[in-house]
Order: sequence, then structure tokens, then C-alpha cells
Amino acid sequence: MSQTRLEKRFADLKEEGRGGLVTFVTAGDPDFETSLEIVKGLPEAGADVIELGMPFSDPMADGPAIQASSLRALRNGMTLSKTLDLVRAFRQDNQDTPIILMGYYNPIYIYGVDKFLVDAKEAGVDGFIIVDLPPEHDEEFCIPTLEQGLHFIRLTTPTTVGDRLPKVLNNTSGFVYYVSILGITGTAAASDSAIHDAVARLKAETDLPVAVGFGIRTPEQAANVATVADAAVVGSAIIDTLKENLDDDNQAKPGLSQAVLEYVRTLADGVRGSRT
Amino acid sequence: MTTPNSYMNGPDERGHFGIFGGRYVAETLMPLILEVEKAYNAAKADPSFQKDYDYYAKHYVGRPSPLYFAERLTRELGGAKIYFKRDELNHTGSHKANNVLGQILLARRMGKKRIIAETGAGQHGVATATFCALFNLPCVVYMGATDIARQAPNVFRMKLLGAEVISVESGTGTLKDAMNDALRDWVTNVEETFYIIGTAAGPHPYPVMVRDFQSIIGREAKEQMYEAEGRLPDQLVACIGGGSNAIGLFHPFLDDKDVAITGVEAAGFGVKTDKHAASLTGGKPGVLHGNRTFLLQDDDGQIQDAHSISAGLDYPGIGPEHSWLHDIGRVNYASASDSEALEAFQMLSKVEGIIPALEPAHALAHVTKIAPEMDKDKIILMNLCGRGDKDIFTVAEALGVEI
Repeated sequence: MSQTRLEKRFADLKEEGRGGLVTFVTAGDPDFETSLEIVKGLPEAGADVIELGMPFSDPMADGPAIQASSLRALRNGMTLSKTLDLVRAFRQDNQDTPIILMGYYNPIYIYGVDKFLVDAKEAGVDGFIIVDLPPEHDEEFCIPTLEQGLHFIRLTTPTTVGDRLPKVLNNTSGFVYYVSILGITGTAAASDSAIHDAVARLKAETDLPVAVGFGIRTPEQAANVATVADAAVVGSAIIDTLKENLDDDNQAKPGLSQAVLEYVRTLADGVRGSRT
Repeated sequence: MTTPNSYMNGPDERGHFGIFGGRYVAETLMPLILEVEKAYNAAKADPSFQKDYDYYAKHYVGRPSPLYFAERLTRELGGAKIYFKRDELNHTGSHKANNVLGQILLARRMGKKRIIAETGAGQHGVATATFCALFNLPCVVYMGATDIARQAPNVFRMKLLGAEVISVESGTGTLKDAMNDALRDWVTNVEETFYIIGTAAGPHPYPVMVRDFQSIIGREAKEQMYEAEGRLPDQLVACIGGGSNAIGLFHPFLDDKDVAITGVEAAGFGVKTDKHAASLTGGKPGVLHGNRTFLLQDDDGQIQDAHSISAGLDYPGIGPEHSWLHDIGRVNYASASDSEALEAFQMLSKVEGIIPALEPAHALAHVTKIAPEMDKDKIILMNLCGRGDKDIFTVAEALGVEI
């Protein structure tokens, strides 16, 4: 079977002998054009995998930064089908960097699962992280996703222990996303040793790459995580940089996307330097 | 769709009522929710749990609540006999105590050290703060900023009882946003915290657990009705936000096919406007707060803001069992507007000397529509699920009165 774009990316990282950088931004934040500019610039700035948030009005697992980011996008007219437009526009010049859509189930349910999977695949999406679909609901979206040849990436957490872990890993594909803390996005960071132990625990149960996220804010933290895990995920800290470049009406100030990409570059430098 | 032999068997072991219900939550919460379910099943099977519940229900909450024949109101409306189940006479002033008592006993059984809750009108928050005081547990209540402004008496009550009230500024600052933040707290403090959900919604087992604790309303009413009239009522009426008082009254009657059942949603400015809270009348199925149910939402699946003069009904969703009962047609769902509820609120105060909460005033508004059309030998049983002291400021403002 041929490798998917996501599998190839992690295989290449392994060959290069370094951990990867997964960056999260919300599609359409603060507006469609600026967001597209950022996403288009991410690979060159050093993002190995792009995680793109599908805005939702009630993001229960997210902290204030990502909540606000979702609402900014929605207020400026973002929709699920425009998120797919954004991916489509990105794919015009980039065939190598995987895009994972992350979000909540309701907008997909309303769009229609089958139609959504067809449209997302056509647009160039590689996989999904859907926060509120645990294995108990695999038949709804996870299994149809796998049948389309797309990835369904599951979150595992510090509470995923005992016989829960195999259940969560089953039907997970592409990589495993380890949520390093109990809580919402953008809050405290876990200690290096806790992350190290958790990754080891996961590696004993799966051959899939492990990415670690929640609470990673600095190039140093990203670098540390990338030494023990296959990739570090950074989200809220990127969104915070974006927010610093908004005017009082939450519109983009000149130079916003450059500032965001510059910050991503520092993260990427950290990650790339980590295993030399 | 086939008609089930019994309407009382749901949910299935995965928490589904037909296509509704389920557990759509983040993985961090899954082990906890499974733990709550396991503990609840064990508690249900343990006679000592029921004994504790009955003790506090009788001596602390004041159950059974009376069944009251509203004679003047009946005469005034000139049709069916109207009975009230007086759950507004419970300690803390609403049906919320029935559920909080059950959940806090469960939390104690599970060894949890901290209680959190969301609240809209503040009734559930007050009930939770009350039982936390009784059992000496720290209590954090999430409440939308908008609701804090319009339910000041309850906010002060919660603080007197020793609870910490956290103002939720996100979204519209109402019940749904309070629930989002309570869920965020829970994923952050999973080990020691028990989340007492106030309505018959959320991830399984909450809808069934809340229903079971609230069903004491319907069980008592059934017995009291036989005593008073020697028969069952012809029509049940209750208001619906999330729907816990309604499911509590309805559930024991679901298989009594001669009993017509009506839930009354909040129509706000009218269900044809964009300012209402009638999820069944104006919404469609979707997934929010851990369950699939009818939701107010736009074409992109974004949740819309609900509106009702009653903070307790101001929620864009509804408990999954109601969605199912609506779908299969066992329960009829109607609605009453802000102004109809206001009128009913004033009417009951004057005619029966009972100031109802704005929530059951919606149920009463429906009663005033149907009772005159029914024969005098018919019986309506309405759940008077809360008292109106907390609402006098809202009502005064709506009537343009300064107090």
C-alpha cells in the first residue's frame, strides 16, 4: 500500500533524525485572506504538519485563546465549507505538507458526514482530530473516515490508562496526539519527565508516531518535547502572537502574518536543533 | 418507526434514546463519565443509598410536596380541573433539590472532595450550594454574566451559602456558556471533582440519572392523584428548558396511554423570531454538551443563542429523552412566549396567592389556553416546579415598575 502524505512526513522526519513541529491555527482567524496567507507560509517557516482548526461556537476543550480565535473567525463569516476552500487554495502550491482538521463534531454532522468526507478529501485534507468523538462513537465518523483512506487521529490524555488505552489506540491512524496535561488548551505545561514517561508508555502500545501538545509555549519547550516525542504541537502560543497583531476591532494589523510566521520559525529552529 | 412496548426502558447501555443521547465528550472526561456511571449503577442497587436519599428528601427537602387542587383558578378558567404538584415548596424553592440531593450523595460515595455546577436562573446553583453547605463540601458555581445580572437574589443566596460564583463572560453569558466553563473546570480537575449537572442533559449517564432523581415528582403525584380523584389525570403539563422537572413528572406516566402529556418550551419573542428558546419547535438534531439532541443552530452547525425572559429556560438545547419522546410522538411539545408567561405569572399570584417562578409560568400559560376548551370532568396536572421570589425584579422591569 502506498504511503499517505502524513505517513511519508513522519517517515521523512525519522530519516532526518529529528522531531517534527505541528502548528495549530484556526481557519479564518482573523479573516479568510490573512489566514490563508499564514497557512501558505507555514511550511516555509518550518511547520512539518499543519493542524487547522474548524471554528465552532462552543469549543468545550479549548482555553480562552482558541475560543476567542474561533469566535473571531465565525464573526468574519467563516464556515466549514470555507475551511475546505482554504485547504483547497493551500494545496494549489503545496502537495507535501499534511493538513489535519481539528474541531468538534456538530458542524460536520450538520454538513453531512459522507458529503464532508468526499469534499474534504477532494480539497486535500489528510486527516481529522475531532475532540468530542471518543471511541464509543467510532461508527459515526471515525470508521467512515478510515474507509475514505483519510486519517483519524485520537487524543490520549493522562486519564487514558489501563484497558482504556488500547481502546483509544484502536482505529487511530497517522499519529497519536498525547494531551500532556489535564485541562484545556493553552494552560500549564507538563514536566519533561512526565512527558517522557507518557511517551514511553504510549510507544510500548503502538508503532504510530506520537505528537505531544497542550501547554507548549516556547522554542525551548518545543525542543525538549521533540527530543522525546515524534513531534511537538503548538497552538495557543501561536494564536497569542496573532492576537497581539490585531487592532481594537479584532482586524489584522499590517504585518500580522509575518509576525506569526516569524514566531513559528523560532519554534521550528528550536525543534530542528533539538537532536543534533 | 415502531412503537415500543414501553416508553420507560430507555436509554440503552450506551446512553441512547433512539438516535438521541450518547457521550460526545473529550477523552479526558471519558474515564470519569464511565466511573460516574459505574458508581451510579452500584448506588441504585444499594438499599442504603435509597435510604439516605429518602431521609434527606423527607426531613430536609420537605417531601412529599403537596398535590393541590387550584379551585379558584379552575373556576376562573371555566373548564378542566387544575391540580398543581407543588414542587416550589421544596427547600430551596424548586424541584432542583431532588436531583442535587441524589448527585451529592453519589459524589460522597465516590469520595469526591469538590463540587462544581452550572446554573442559569440560579435555582440549580442555590440547590447545589445548599447541599454543599449541608455536607461541608467546597462548591464552585459557573453562571453566565447576563444571568448574574438578572438573578441577583440567587447570586447573593449562593454566596451566603458559602459557594464561589464564577461569572462566565464568553458567548452570551448564559446557561450554555456556563456549562462550557463547568466542563472546562472538570477536565482540569478530574481527580477530586464531581460535576453536578442540573438538567436531564449532558453525556450519559447524566440524563438518566437526573431523570431518575426527578421522577420522585411523578411517582408521588400519581399516588396523590389516586387519593384525591381515584384516577389518573387526563393531561400533564410542565415547562421545558433542559427538561428535568418535566421528565420527572412525565416519566412515571409514559406508559399510561390515556394520559396526554405536554411540555411547554419558551417561545421568547415568538418561535418565528430569532429570539426564543424552543429547541424542539425551532431547532434540529445536533451534538452539544455530550449528547445528540435538538439544538438551536445555524446552517453551519454553529450553536445559536437562546432567548427567554426566564433564565432557567434560556438554553439552546433540551434533554435527549425529550427529543426522543418528541420524535416518536408520545409527548406533545408546545410553547409559550415571554408575554404569555408574564401574564400567567401575575394571574396565579392574584387568583391563588402563589407567586410562581417564570419557568412554570410558561406551563401555566399553556394551561390557561387548554383548560377552558376541556370538559369540567377532565383533570390537568401541572408541575409548579419553582417559586417566583427570585423573579420579582425581572418581572417588575418587564412591567415597567420600579422597586
